[in-house]
Amino acid sequence: MIAHFSQIATIFLMVAGLYVVMARGNMVKKLIGLSLFQSSVYLLYLLPGKVIGGTAPIIGAGFTVYANPLPHVLILTAIVVGIATLALGLTLVVRIKEAYGTIEEDEIIAKETPKTRNGPGRGGDAA
Amino acid sequence: MIASHLPVLVILIPLLGAVLAALSRHGFAAWLIALLASAAMAAASLALLFRVQAEGMISYRIGGWAPELGIEYRIDAFNVLIVVLVSVVALLTMIYARRSVLAEIIPERIAWFYTMMLLCVAGLLGIAVTGDAFNAFVFLEISSLATYTLIALGRDRRALVAAYQYLIVGTIGATLYVIGVGLIYLSTGTLNLGLIAERLAGIEGSRALIVAEAFIAVGICLKLALFPLHAWLPNAYAYAPSSAAVLLASTATKVAIYLLARFLFTVFGGHVDVGALPIGAILIVLSVAAMFIASAAAVFQNDVKRILAFSSVGQVGYITLGLALANPTGLAGGLLHLVNHALMKGAAFMAIGAIVLRAGTAKLDELSGIGRTMPWTSAALTVAGLGLIGVPGTSGFVSKYYLILGALEAGFGWLAILIVASSVIAVLYVGRIVEVVWFREPAEAARASREAPLELLLPMWVLAGATIWFGIDAEWPAGLAAAAARQLLGGAP
Amino acid sequence: MRFDIVLRVATKFMLAPLLLFALYVQLHGDYGPGGGFQAGVIAAAAIILYGLMVGLGPVQKIVPSALLEVLIPGGVLIYAGVGVVGMLQGGNFLDYNRLAQDAVHGQEWGVFLVEIGVFMTVSSTMIAIFYAFAGRRRS
Repeated sequence: MIAHFSQIATIFLMVAGLYVVMARGNMVKKLIGLSLFQSSVYLLYLLPGKVIGGTAPIIGAGFTVYANPLPHVLILTAIVVGIATLALGLTLVVRIKEAYGTIEEDEIIAKETPKTRNGPGRGGDAA
Repeated sequence: MIASHLPVLVILIPLLGAVLAALSRHGFAAWLIALLASAAMAAASLALLFRVQAEGMISYRIGGWAPELGIEYRIDAFNVLIVVLVSVVALLTMIYARRSVLAEIIPERIAWFYTMMLLCVAGLLGIAVTGDAFNAFVFLEISSLATYTLIALGRDRRALVAAYQYLIVGTIGATLYVIGVGLIYLSTGTLNLGLIAERLAGIEGSRALIVAEAFIAVGICLKLALFPLHAWLPNAYAYAPSSAAVLLASTATKVAIYLLARFLFTVFGGHVDVGALPIGAILIVLSVAAMFIASAAAVFQNDVKRILAFSSVGQVGYITLGLALANPTGLAGGLLHLVNHALMKGAAFMAIGAIVLRAGTAKLDELSGIGRTMPWTSAALTVAGLGLIGVPGTSGFVSKYYLILGALEAGFGWLAILIVASSVIAVLYVGRIVEVVWFREPAEAARASREAPLELLLPMWVLAGATIWFGIDAEWPAGLAAAAARQLLGGAP
Repeated sequence: MRFDIVLRVATKFMLAPLLLFALYVQLHGDYGPGGGFQAGVIAAAAIILYGLMVGLGPVQKIVPSALLEVLIPGGVLIYAGVGVVGMLQGGNFLDYNRLAQDAVHGQEWGVFLVEIGVFMTVSSTMIAIFYAFAGRRRS
């Protein structure tokens, strides 16, 4: 159990994030769940990159064992991707709030259902 | 000198074009940049095709680093097909885009629209050329983020919700993919697809690899809208701006299919246990479900864009069916259908975009008799529809013929019957469109509209013409698809 | 929030060290932990903090949106440009070895230039995101 602590933490984050995405109707909460889900991937990559007894991967006198630097580089990229996704998602939520007046998914569906047959909606360009 | 850099140039040109379009901040200048960049990109990808045909596989090392350390771009007979398809469709879309964008996008946002179009194309081409699993994830996210923005630029407020839903589903898909890649990296210590394939063969025990394959397959299937994972697609295509819908419908899912095939055949096919998993059987079931259920859903839509979107989900089923058959004929049929479907769906979305431009609506019940006032556009829509059915004389017939041969070769006679039977459903939804457009008295929208301008008709008819041409003389695309299928199956023992 | 005394005093103390630290992380990135991503975010944090203190109008006088819209693609242009220079020198795309007289100097120049591009794009993107959300009127 203790030996697999990091894997258990990773899987917990993964499943918890996915659950929030699916179970919540609030669009901001969904994005929080999505971020949680993504952060589990960061752990998945980073944890095995640590070499026991290894130091930071910078060549220096007196060190022979280094941590694997590649996962860090990969995850830096993944974090940037995650930030971009989150920012874009939040932007969409702001625009949805302006267009619909709500960010609850079921309320939006309720507002849209009777309208779908009567031509285009109010237009999303409230900006 | 240029010839040796072709693999990176096909990405670099749209990427630089996107930067310049963003810097220009002027609608027309951005369009011009996008057009020139797409033309250069299409030329580069065609040159790449001829080089691959002459020399075989090309490897390009980014930064001069060896594949063990750096990123390698690897072009073979399979992905060069995707590269040519994406770049040629992108060029035609750019020609088409100017008029429809002027009508649909706020002037201040036009430059950003073209920036996003070029970024999307750069990302899609990047997925196709890269030989690095993580690099493919980065390109996947570049193209996806650009796609979400493109959809959100649609006029209708429902476009925002569609973009948001696609963002959630797309991000989950990409994250599942990257989890699978992480598990592979932990097992093999490399991210290079070629090296992964080599090292997988030597790995005993397969539990981590089976999990990895499951994550990757489900993740990519979300992006390619395989049947039960397709819920994001109809809204995304229906509410996106017309020219963005053309680009997405004809390229985005195709590149995801490429990635799936690359992993199933080139990477996992090499491992004894993982290669023997019954993933083909699962794919066949889901593909058949897509062919019937999604096509049936298309019959009950009123918005022509939504009909075409549901039809896309159904047609993806034929392509994945080709992958699942995994014999040379069936796979070639699937890949040929990938190309043919991109061409005819591109033509169909261009036609409905032109109708929206002139008549202001895509609702089927308001489009009665539009064929009288917009004959060329409606004819292109009809040709594309006939291709979707698979009528002899269109390219859809050729690829379905190969698929049926492949099914018979694999010993699945019933599957051949199902392919024919599902085409009957396509007759229903295409028939509805054809009946309303040609055989009804012109309604108000039809009387008020006139034929689409030439710059819309031209790219539309290039694609519609290709649908007819490849239906009569299929030698060139069928040869390319067969070469790609051989390449893929060569990787699997 | 504009006249929050804690925020004002803390910001005045932190602003200069933040920018200086961003510069350190940026330039030291060749030898130790650091680089354009981290430095860009730190520098953007300084600007955003200042924006929180004085409000959107004054901070946009210092860092206007129009400047950001040039810097974001400009950084990518620097990155791709360095790659293309490597190509023109006879190497592959992003081959830094040929940027200077020998491979080691070439790598140092390549990384240095690319990180400047990364810094520009990351910091201006962060600030642009802040502007985009802060500039929205409450409904």
